[in-house]
Amino acid sequence: MYKILTKRELNPTVTLMEIEAPLVANKAQAGQFIILRVDEDGERIPLTVAGCDRARGAVTIIFQIVGGTTMALNAKGEGDYIEDFVGPLGVATKTDGIKKVCVVGGGVGCAIALPVARRFKELGAEVHSIIGFRNKDLVILEDEFRACSEKLEVMTDDGSHGKKGVVTAPLKEWIESGENYDEVIAIGPLIMMKFVVATTKPFNVPTTVSMNPIMIDGTGMCGGCRLTVGGKTKFACVDGPDFNGFEVDFDEAMARSSAYADFERHERERGCNLFKKEAN
Amino acid sequence: MAVEQKKHPMPVQEPKIRARNFEEVALGYTENIAIAEAKRCLNCKNRPCVSGCPVNVPIPEFISKVKEGDFEGAYRQITLASSLPAVCGRVCPQETQCESKCTLGIKFEPVGIGRLERFVADRHNALNTETVEIPQSNGHKVAVVGSGPSGLTCAGDLAKKGYKVTVFEALHLAGGVLVYGIPEFRLPKSIVAKEVETLKKYGVDIQTNVVIGKTLTVDELFEMGYEAVFVGSGAGLPRFMGIPGESLKGVYSANEFLTRSNLMKAYRDDARTPIMRAKKVAVVGGGNVAMDAARTALRLGADEVYIVYRRSMEELPARKEEVEHAEEEGIKFEILRNPVEIMGYNNPDDRRDPKNGFVTGIKVRKCELGAPDEKGRRRPVEIEGSEYILDVDCVIMAIGTSPNPLIKNTTKGLDVNSHGGIIVEESTGKTSKEGVYAGGDAVTGAATVILAMGAGKTAAKAIDEYLSQKDKK
Repeated sequence: MYKILTKRELNPTVTLMEIEAPLVANKAQAGQFIILRVDEDGERIPLTVAGCDRARGAVTIIFQIVGGTTMALNAKGEGDYIEDFVGPLGVATKTDGIKKVCVVGGGVGCAIALPVARRFKELGAEVHSIIGFRNKDLVILEDEFRACSEKLEVMTDDGSHGKKGVVTAPLKEWIESGENYDEVIAIGPLIMMKFVVATTKPFNVPTTVSMNPIMIDGTGMCGGCRLTVGGKTKFACVDGPDFNGFEVDFDEAMARSSAYADFERHERERGCNLFKKEAN
Repeated sequence: MAVEQKKHPMPVQEPKIRARNFEEVALGYTENIAIAEAKRCLNCKNRPCVSGCPVNVPIPEFISKVKEGDFEGAYRQITLASSLPAVCGRVCPQETQCESKCTLGIKFEPVGIGRLERFVADRHNALNTETVEIPQSNGHKVAVVGSGPSGLTCAGDLAKKGYKVTVFEALHLAGGVLVYGIPEFRLPKSIVAKEVETLKKYGVDIQTNVVIGKTLTVDELFEMGYEAVFVGSGAGLPRFMGIPGESLKGVYSANEFLTRSNLMKAYRDDARTPIMRAKKVAVVGGGNVAMDAARTALRLGADEVYIVYRRSMEELPARKEEVEHAEEEGIKFEILRNPVEIMGYNNPDDRRDPKNGFVTGIKVRKCELGAPDEKGRRRPVEIEGSEYILDVDCVIMAIGTSPNPLIKNTTKGLDVNSHGGIIVEESTGKTSKEGVYAGGDAVTGAATVILAMGAGKTAAKAIDEYLSQKDKK
C-alpha cells in the first residue's frame, strides 16, 4: 500500500498527487513513468512521473480524470492509500549535448513536459516552452513553466487566455525567426504531437515525442503498448516512452488508442452513476 | 495379478459446459481411483520415471505410499524434490517426461504419475493442518528476481536450508506465469496462492512492485547485503510475425490476451480491465500458450476459435492433454496454414466510422511438410496461390517471446547470447557475473514450468555450495 501524501486540484479535471514510494523516488528521472492500481481488482494504468522529492520519498503524479480508474483515484484523499505503485519504468528523456531546446506541452501533457523542461534548465540549456490548452479554465502549471523557461508562450484554442491558436503557430514562428533548437520535445495529445512533427520536419529540427499508449504490465511482457517506429515494432514500455517523432506512425497509434473506447465510455458512466448514488 | 492396461481416466467437466466457464477442467482423482491407479505401478528397480523428471521426484516411493493409503507420506516424498506439487501435477508435460519412461508404458498405458501427484498435493492442501518447521537461519541473505516457477523453487529450496530469501516481483501479485499466463481453468489461482503462502511460512519474504533493473539494480542488491542473486525474470517481449495488419485493433499477443484475462480478471463481468469478447478468433501458434489463448477466447464467448498452425497435428508442441481438451471443446485446427496478412475494416467514405481499424479476417496460405530442419521437425513449405481468408474479428499471436531486456541492460558483466538469453553453466545456473545465477525462460526463452523449476533447483544447490565455500574461507 502506498500513501497519498498530498493532493491538489490543478483545474476541475486535472489533479496532482504526491505518493509515498521511496524506492521509486530514489530513481525516477524526467520522462519515466509509473504504473499504479487504485485498489484490489483495479486496472493497471501508466502515468508519467511529474516530479519527485527524494528526501521525502515522494513521487508526484498529475492525472486527468478521464475514465473509471482516474475517477476512483481522484476520489481518494490525503492520507488515503492506493494498492500498487511501481516504477520508475521506461527510459529517461535523453539530455546529452542539448544546449537549446523547445518544450511543447499540450493539456495534461504539460505535467510531463514540466519536469523535462526543468531538467534541461538544471543542465544549463536554454529552454523555450509553448504550452497549449482548450480554454483558460484548463490552464495548468503556467507559473512553473515561466520559472524554468527563457521564453514562454501560452496558447488556448478559444483565446480565453494567452494567445488564441494552436501550439504549432509560435513553434513555426520561432524556428523561422532563427532560433536554432538542438531539439524540440513534444508531449501531449497524439494529434498535437503529429502536428508538431509536421511543423519541425521541413526545418529538420530533431523532434522527440513522448508516447502514452495502452499498457498493462509496463515491464516488457505483454506487448500491448507496441508502436510502429521507423517501420519496426517498438514497445513504449521498455524502448520508450520517448521516440524520434519523425519515425513514429501517429495514425496507427491514434487508431490503436481507441481500441476500448466503448468499454471506457461504459466505465465512465458507471463511475458517474456511483458518485451520483453516493451524493444522494 | 494382471495389470490394468489403461490409466484410470481423469474425471472432467463435460466439454460443452466447461467451454463456457472458467472453472477447472480436470476434477481430480478420488481416493479410490488414486489407490487403484497406484496399484498399476510395477515399482521397478531401475526407476526410469525418476530420470525423466527434471527435478527427480522419487516417483515409485510416493506411489508406494499412495498404494498403502498413506497420502501424507506420499506428499512428504514428493516435497523432498518438488516445491510446487499441486502445480506440477497439473501443468507438467508428463507424456514426454516421467510417464514416457514408465516400464508399464512399453506394453500398455503408463502409470498416471501426474494425476497421482496432483491427487496427493490437493489432498494435502485440503486437509493441511501441519505447522511448518522453520529452519534455523544460517545468516546468509539471497535475493531472487521473479516469483515464477524458477524463482519460487529456488527461494523454497534455499529457505529450507536456512537462507534469508527475498523474492522481488515486478507485478502486483506473486506467481509469474502461473498467475498471468496459465488460465484458471487449467491451474486455479488459489492453488498458486497456497503454494506462495507455504513459502512465506518458511520465511521467504516476497516484495511485489519491485522491478529489478529499474526500481533496484542487481548491483544494488549486493550493496544491500544480498550475497547471491538468482535471476528468474522469465520470458519477455512477445514476438510478432511481421505481416501486414498486426497493429489493427483486435490483434493481441497471447501474453497480453492472457494477462488481461488471468492476472487482471477481465473475464469477470465486473472487471475494470477490458478485453475483447470476439465472436470469431484465430490463434496463431501450436504450443500450450496457443491452446490456453484459444480456450480462453472460447470461454469469453466466442462462437468459433481456430488454431492456425503451420505444421501438422503430429508436430503440435502443446501437451497432448491440452490438445485433446481443446478439440473436445470445439476448437478448430487449421493446420498446415501460415498467416500472410491480417485484414481490417476501412470505410473510405467515413474516416470516423467506429468500425475502422478493427480486424475482419486473416489471410492464410496452405503449407505442406518438407525436409526436416536442424531440430528434426519437418519444415513447412508454403504452397503458392493457395491463400484464403478466415473471417475473424480477433487474432492472437502465440508464437513465442524473446527475453526481457531490463536486467541485461542494467547489469554490468552479465553475458547474454545472441537471442538475449542469459548465458549460464548448465549444471549450476552460474552466470558470467560473480554471485549471480539464472534460470528459467530468462535463460532458455519460452519453455515449460517444470524445466524452469528444475533450473531453480539446480541454482539453489549451486548457491548453497557457493555461500558455504565462502564461509570456510
